[in-house]
Amino acid sequence: MAIWVDETTRVVVQGITGKEGSFHAVKCREYGTKVVAGVTPGKGGIVHEGIPVFNTIREAVAKEGANTSLVFVPPPFAADAVMESVDAGVELVVCITEGVPTFDALRVRSFMRGKTTRLIGPNCPGIISPGKSKVGIMPGHIHKEGRVGCISRSGTLTYEAVGQLTALGIGQSTCIGIGGDPVIGTGFIDALKAFKADPYTDAVVMIGEIGGSAEEEAADYIRAEFGKPVVGFVAGQTAPPGRRMGHAGAIISQGKGTAAEKMEKMKQAGIRVVQSPADIGVAIREVLERLPA
Amino acid sequence: MKIHEYQAKSILKQFGVKVPEGKVVQTAEEAYEVTRKFGPPVAVKAQIHAGGRGKGGGIKLVKSPEEAETAARRMLGSKLVTPQTGPEGRQVRRLLIEKGQSIKKEYYLGIVIDRSQEKPVIMASSEGGVEIEEVASRSPELILKVHVDPCVGFLSFQGRQLGFGLGLDGKLAGRFGQFVVGLYDAFRGTDASLAEINPLILTTDGEFLALDAKMNFDDNALFRHPEIAEFRDFEEEEPLEIQASRFGLNYIKLDGNVGCMVNGAGLAMATMDIIKLWGGSPANFLDVGGGASTEQVRNAFKILVADQSVKAVLINIFGGIMRCDMVANGVVQAIKDVGVNIPMVVRLEGTNVEEGREVLRNSGLNFQLASGMADAAEKVCAAAK
Repeated sequence: MAIWVDETTRVVVQGITGKEGSFHAVKCREYGTKVVAGVTPGKGGIVHEGIPVFNTIREAVAKEGANTSLVFVPPPFAADAVMESVDAGVELVVCITEGVPTFDALRVRSFMRGKTTRLIGPNCPGIISPGKSKVGIMPGHIHKEGRVGCISRSGTLTYEAVGQLTALGIGQSTCIGIGGDPVIGTGFIDALKAFKADPYTDAVVMIGEIGGSAEEEAADYIRAEFGKPVVGFVAGQTAPPGRRMGHAGAIISQGKGTAAEKMEKMKQAGIRVVQSPADIGVAIREVLERLPA
Repeated sequence: MKIHEYQAKSILKQFGVKVPEGKVVQTAEEAYEVTRKFGPPVAVKAQIHAGGRGKGGGIKLVKSPEEAETAARRMLGSKLVTPQTGPEGRQVRRLLIEKGQSIKKEYYLGIVIDRSQEKPVIMASSEGGVEIEEVASRSPELILKVHVDPCVGFLSFQGRQLGFGLGLDGKLAGRFGQFVVGLYDAFRGTDASLAEINPLILTTDGEFLALDAKMNFDDNALFRHPEIAEFRDFEEEEPLEIQASRFGLNYIKLDGNVGCMVNGAGLAMATMDIIKLWGGSPANFLDVGGGASTEQVRNAFKILVADQSVKAVLINIFGGIMRCDMVANGVVQAIKDVGVNIPMVVRLEGTNVEEGREVLRNSGLNFQLASGMADAAEKVCAAAK
């Protein structure tokens, strides 16, 4: 078992005829994901890399039963693409696009209120349930099927954590990169709730970053009701205030959102916080060993 | 992106926000002239990309053109040190000369994006002219907040909520509401990430004016605001950072001596953190991005070693989409171009890792290969000492 993506996931790739979209559609399919359709407005009717292309999401849903969308549309048009999928009732939208304006993301979130679609991202590596389905740009081969969930604001740092787990023989149930932007669809708490409800997830790795207060809010949730062990890390302990550290959301502003604050709050919530990013794997091994058999 | 006060005020004016009459000058003679024309008193304000200017002597109230000239002469070309500039300070190249105002009361007004509410939030306070963070920690009840629905926009009743909440009478509450409308329009219309008026003054004539103004912008939205992008002041930035941004690289110069090149922002921050844990000090943040080419890696490497304080380099790549052999090729080419002779530690993991290590081994160059981040940090910190 896993959360949000599995064998029943049927993916439509938005922007499939672009360089990125095309490359990753094929990579996802090679991993075993059911990539059933692509959408590029104006190119409907062609078959790209063996995948049927449509003009609209509604067509892809009607004709191929797509229930998940993977978005590679360039920043100026990404929000519109996401909303098209939301409007078509797609269950899960994963937006990889980096550089979406914050106000566009705000409009998307406003548009989504009261609707059932889940959005992951933007500016994220996507989601993978190892051995079942990969809906994103992460390297599939570093993952291993198992019982640890991963949630992270970062891309390659998630790969780092996953790589450590796999090297120790510890598999993952589902790994989600929630994205590095200030306004994102799925937050830590949404993912934590799903992992709590998933009987096949025993422990969770939570990787935060400087900026905002998502880690603090997640810590409150974990303390109140999560009930499964969590290993945490926050990147940016050495970041200077007021500078955007690559990700639009990773900025310490007005003295708020420092790594030290976040780590302290997470410790207080009972999370096993590691100071060093190299210790994530071994920390998970320790918490797993302490679980009752 | 940050801009200067005078630029922020020019934007605000276009959106109907009232600002004091002012003019930008670059010489002491101009300061004299403008002051004479405006009629003293005037404020002489250093234009740098940092706050706390008052505390650093960057804002002077003067009573004559002669005083304005003297103040301008002292400020122009000097390094202004404020609580936000760091000890090295910022060079003052321009001054804003503004007509003096007779102030009845000072307020605070600011707009930012509230991430957890997913809406812009407007904050107003009767405690103007002081750091809003101080007010927030000392007496948070003095900060009024209203959230704006990004699809609906700012509403009149919200203006009344703020105006009456600040204790203003009917007429002034209405004027205050109008002021907020202008500021919100400017914030929304330029894709700002921050718009802050501190202090917002009520003059003895019953007018609201933006005495100071600070605006930051969403870098991701600059593509649709070429007029804002024009305001970028390269002189306020590190030369290496400008060069990096031309190559599309995320580079931030820091004050340590271990140069880092990493793919991905989170991993780049984590790499800086682990260097610190091993007793070293990172010289920079450098994210070469997820899909960088050999050329890009070469550019990144050149920028990295152009920093004279770098004593050792750590390259940490977790190849996903980016293949390790391609990174290795880029690094080898760059070193052959630039002729680097400082210690280099390379940690490669992920896609095509063996091929990448092979490229490094066969290059005839002197790399230390590391296995894992801890090993890499230990090796590079030892090498930098």
